[in-house]
Amino acid sequence: MHSLRQILLVLAAAGSISTVQVSASYGQELKVGLSAEPSAMDPHFHNLTPNNSLLRHIFDRLTHQDENQAVIPGLAQSWRNIDDSTWEFKLRPGVKFSDGSDFTANDVIYSFCRAPRVENSPSSFAIYSRGVAGMTAPDPLTLVVKTAGPYPVLPSEVSTIFILSAKANGAGEVTFDRQECKGIGTFPKTEAFNAGTAAIGTGAYKLVRFTKGDRIILERNDGYWGEKPQWQRVVFRPITSAGPRVAALLAGDVDAIENVPIQDLERIKANPNFKVVQGLSARVIYLHFNYVDDAPPGVADAGGKNPFRDKRVREAISKAIDRDAIVARIMGGVAVAAGELLPSMMFGANKDMKAPKADVDGAKKLLAEAGYPNGFTLVLGAPNDRYVNDGQIAQAVAQMLARVGLKVSIDAMTASQFFVKRTRREFGFWLAGWISDTGEMSAQIKPLAATPNRDKGWGTTNPGGYSNAQVDALLERAFGTIDDGKRAALLAEASRVAMADYGVLPLHFEIFTWAMRKELSYTPRVDQTTEATLIKRAP
Amino acid sequence: MLAFLFRRLGQGLAVVAVMATLVFVGVYALGNPIDILISPEADQLEREQAIVRLGLDRPLWVQFGLFVKSVLTGNLGISFVHGVPAIDLILSRMPATLELAFVALVISVGVGIPAGLAAGLAPRSLTGRAIMTGSILGFSVPNFWLGLMLILLFAVELQVLPAGGRGETRDLFGLQLSLLTVDGLRHLILPALTLAIYKASLIARLACAATREALVQDFVRFARAKGLSERRIVGVHVLKTIMIPVATVIGLELGSMIAFAVVTETVFAWPGMGKLLIDSIYRLDRPVIVAYLMVIVAMFVVINFIVDVIYTLLDPRVRVSGQEA
Repeated sequence: MHSLRQILLVLAAAGSISTVQVSASYGQELKVGLSAEPSAMDPHFHNLTPNNSLLRHIFDRLTHQDENQAVIPGLAQSWRNIDDSTWEFKLRPGVKFSDGSDFTANDVIYSFCRAPRVENSPSSFAIYSRGVAGMTAPDPLTLVVKTAGPYPVLPSEVSTIFILSAKANGAGEVTFDRQECKGIGTFPKTEAFNAGTAAIGTGAYKLVRFTKGDRIILERNDGYWGEKPQWQRVVFRPITSAGPRVAALLAGDVDAIENVPIQDLERIKANPNFKVVQGLSARVIYLHFNYVDDAPPGVADAGGKNPFRDKRVREAISKAIDRDAIVARIMGGVAVAAGELLPSMMFGANKDMKAPKADVDGAKKLLAEAGYPNGFTLVLGAPNDRYVNDGQIAQAVAQMLARVGLKVSIDAMTASQFFVKRTRREFGFWLAGWISDTGEMSAQIKPLAATPNRDKGWGTTNPGGYSNAQVDALLERAFGTIDDGKRAALLAEASRVAMADYGVLPLHFEIFTWAMRKELSYTPRVDQTTEATLIKRAP
Repeated sequence: MLAFLFRRLGQGLAVVAVMATLVFVGVYALGNPIDILISPEADQLEREQAIVRLGLDRPLWVQFGLFVKSVLTGNLGISFVHGVPAIDLILSRMPATLELAFVALVISVGVGIPAGLAAGLAPRSLTGRAIMTGSILGFSVPNFWLGLMLILLFAVELQVLPAGGRGETRDLFGLQLSLLTVDGLRHLILPALTLAIYKASLIARLACAATREALVQDFVRFARAKGLSERRIVGVHVLKTIMIPVATVIGLELGSMIAFAVVTETVFAWPGMGKLLIDSIYRLDRPVIVAYLMVIVAMFVVINFIVDVIYTLLDPRVRVSGQEA
């Protein structure tokens, strides 16, 4: 017993010494616990949020997105339309890569050549570079981009393509060609970025070390063109399990964490050393229907018809759901009930779309009118580890539908299984979430509510095949309208039409939470990413 | 001995081959990983191209054939998620896991054998009963709960140890080891303890039972009659006898500690192979899952072989030969 006490004393002493060291070095270094790990340091390898969010520290884009995903100047200072299908970008002068070389239009052309052509890429950036039909550089700081037709989303799409240095990767003068660019030499391999040798960008930070599964260490780029970042060194640690992530914050291992589980919020708020920062995110949680199949999987006692094709049934389901109750009870108040697919402050959203109120009697009446006075049986598919409290939300939805006479059972599963089954159309009715890279209404309507069309790339996440000619026509017009004001109005109308038809039922927008030491502050981003440059010491 | 070695090798390879086939087909049946890998915003064209890039458009038997072909050339496949060879990923994570398992093993043997011996020598004493009761607790407490409690106590409440992650590492013969730095050791204590407590309890119980059995055997009585000191009887003769069952269990448990420290590694965000496996399963990263299990099966085969050899050293009556093994 005596020796045990001695050991504990020694441990305590060792601990207090190191605590002193930590607080001495704190001030220059920021440690952040992430909830998902980037798969590579190659900015063109994997188009997925954890990668993009981290690589924004090292690489810039032509345009950037502010915290509400509005397009702002990045490496391009300004841009304008010469005609409907020609854009001119004026590049920022005096920008240098972290190896000291100058940034020019040639680097942009090089990066757009590489972005869609990375070996073994599980998800390439081709979807955002495809709009570019031609690219030339009349002078080193001017870039002219040709598109096949009017392409209003170009400034917002180029905000996703990271710019590499052509020179550092051994390329000469690059000529853009959609099939085969010339003058590129050999593209660097993904491994070269992971090892750090090819990770040369113009961003606020430089990559020091990437140890998979363990940490990513960044160091301030003192030659950065923008506002000088506050932290000399940033360490990102992927701690994918929620409990250990919170423990790491409370123990002082990290200074800030993202994606705080709702059940731990009170505990952190009660601790005077920490604070919680919350921000509305653009991720909408929604319900979707299977319109394609005559007998949707899981639907029974519906008189041999597909009940979802009847608008009254969809409206009844929407009316049966008490969105405010889901927000208050399941989400602990940490969500905002949704009336459409995008929060009101974003591009193309309506300012006055309120979340519908629950109306049990109205729902019952509509079901009776549609020929289902006794309801029918259906299965609600849902992931149970992908979105905040997704499994519980599905249960709440099922109970609310039971109040109007529908017999709902839940088929909840891990995300990898859920997405596979959704693609195979093994659900008749399902719950999922959506957030886009570009953050405008077209990026919500096009995948979720437009008629699936391979050539146009529409309806990619609409496996149920919802189709509304009016929505499609409005979307088509919006994609042909260069003027941002008119385009936003067209998109808002497309959204109103789709919502009035109950094609997709939005439930709520997630609120994303960060927790950090009390002397820090964070400007929350609607795209749920964590950027070290936005974590500041509170004044 | 040589024939034994070759037969063992052959059996091992067969096990690896059967396992790889089963896992390959099993993970294939789980579904197309593209749904997890690809950006949700990818259009139909990009989806088709990504499927071709990853070779997922081919029928199962072609995919499997290509896999077998690349295995024969020493390449266990390219990770879908990371785009780098699966074996490189696994090997880069191995030092962290081996280090954790090694420290946990040292703790569990260092605690388990003396405790078991003490309890076996004096089963009715207070210490003996305390050790045996404690060991029941030790192996019935779930691993993840124990880990979380240790974190709560030492990291969150007392703030004397870090809550997780791996500490500073130092290069030794090309291996990144955290055993060699103070920071690294501080990070090792809690996860190693979490892993060790179950094993220590198991070893203590085994050692206790073996000791009680050994004490009533003839050779101990003879030794006593011969007037050997108690210290020599216990320290040499009894200890050597109880090491036979204990060595078997240590061998097997070391294997499972390396292969399936998944829970501990997840709770402590330890960047080892177990965490890689779990992440790969969530993302249906088939090449990594298959390669990982192949490596693990190979490791079990080697460990079992070493245990067999150690038997012969501990007990000369056991002979390893081509005929009887």
